[in-house]
Amino acid sequence: MSDIAERVKKIVAEHLGVESEKVTENASFIDDLGADSLDTVELVMAFEEAFNCEIPDDAAETILTVGDAITFLEKNAA
Amino acid sequence: MRRVVVTGLGMVTPLGCGVDITWQRLLAGKSGAGRVENFDVSDLPAKIACQLKRGDGTDGTFNPDQWMEPKEQRKVDDFIIYAMAAARQALDDADWHPTSYEDQCASGVLIGSGIGGLQGIAETALLLQERGPRRVSPFFIPGRLINLAGGYVSIEHGLKGPNHAVVTACSTGAHAIGDAARLVAFGDADVMVAGGTESPINRLALAGFAACRALSTSYNDTPEKASRPYDRDRDGFVMGEGAGVVIVEALEHALARGAKIYGEIVGYGLSGDAYHITAPSEDGDGAFRCMTAALKRAGITPAEIDYINAHGTSTMADEIELGAVQRLLGNSAATVSMSSTKSAIGHLLGAAGAVEAIFSLLAIRDQIAPPTINLDNPSIETPIDLVPHTPRERQIDYALSNSFGFGGTNASVVFKRYAH
Repeated sequence: MSDIAERVKKIVAEHLGVESEKVTENASFIDDLGADSLDTVELVMAFEEAFNCEIPDDAAETILTVGDAITFLEKNAA
Repeated sequence: MRRVVVTGLGMVTPLGCGVDITWQRLLAGKSGAGRVENFDVSDLPAKIACQLKRGDGTDGTFNPDQWMEPKEQRKVDDFIIYAMAAARQALDDADWHPTSYEDQCASGVLIGSGIGGLQGIAETALLLQERGPRRVSPFFIPGRLINLAGGYVSIEHGLKGPNHAVVTACSTGAHAIGDAARLVAFGDADVMVAGGTESPINRLALAGFAACRALSTSYNDTPEKASRPYDRDRDGFVMGEGAGVVIVEALEHALARGAKIYGEIVGYGLSGDAYHITAPSEDGDGAFRCMTAALKRAGITPAEIDYINAHGTSTMADEIELGAVQRLLGNSAATVSMSSTKSAIGHLLGAAGAVEAIFSLLAIRDQIAPPTINLDNPSIETPIDLVPHTPRERQIDYALSNSFGFGGTNASVVFKRYAH
């Protein structure tokens, strides 16, 4: 597992208050991890903060799963 | 209109988390005041407050994790967590946990706050300045809005009836209970979860109230002596924090389900001073009129009042309230007991009226008037028993609770010992 993947999963587990075993790459923030739309906005902000990058709104809308976030950040993180 | 009673109580105060522990410590003459240690007060004139004692939840300590999940706590200011704690205690005490759609729709929430999420507003303003708008959390707004205390409570407990909030500074808690009683009396709801909550102890609020010259500043080394209503050496109020919530219920509804009844809400009066933004009118006219209105609604004479839980903040305004009460009571002034429990818990601002309503109901239940601690030398002579230092066992059939707020907003609520 890449360093980015590990960090993403840690952030997701912390922000959504879920056990880390549940944070798999296929897990959907809303359907599987109990997030609401505001939680996902905050999660994206947390990724921006942690990876020192900007995630535009149109890109943020496509980040629905843990895997989506890892893929995006592996391509775009500084 | 329907008769309205109180069937559940919940509170978080500087004396403890919970009604019983707070009441025991209040009657024992304890003070909840202390030096502020959790943020810098070195440049503030008031360095003391009545803060919640945080801990693991034992011995009356406040453990927020017992009342709201940590991941939710992050999103909100403390006043919402305090309201969640007091509301759950009150609902458990009333044993009212509506599950049917009909019961849920007949159960509402009316919880107010004087200030709301000042801490979060201050922190986020700095964040905006330093880091820009993209760093502002989506939970910033919903975690600071005053009515979100009631919003969170309604979501947690499935309360789908009227969802309302009061914002009348230090009269908030009294107005919330009085307004909730009216909603129940009119049939808008059978049960209302009503009260006030406040979390004002931060640098911004201490600086702001100190600028109003409202806070005690002479007792920074003896905090437990600072809140001393009616005493000649008082010099301002001591800020407190916490929440009080009561379950306001239609009598017929309470009887039908066999609920215990703490007392009946028989009177509620409101008035405005139309005088000054922070000072009460010097003749006590606003206080006099709201007490008179509450007694009229209750259908009783002033002589029938046994106990008054005063607004009594430990400021110059104490004597104005006392004057208004003397004018109201006339020749029967000598038969009433009137105390300010702010002497022990400080001034909980928007939560004060709700917490003090609970003390009034407990005074009726236990037939005892809680004391005004630190009242060593009354600043003026009065025939009224101000209950100095120690509680007074006495007959209490009717209790009146006063609350007055900045802006000249006044509320009085009358509770009656329940009789069939």
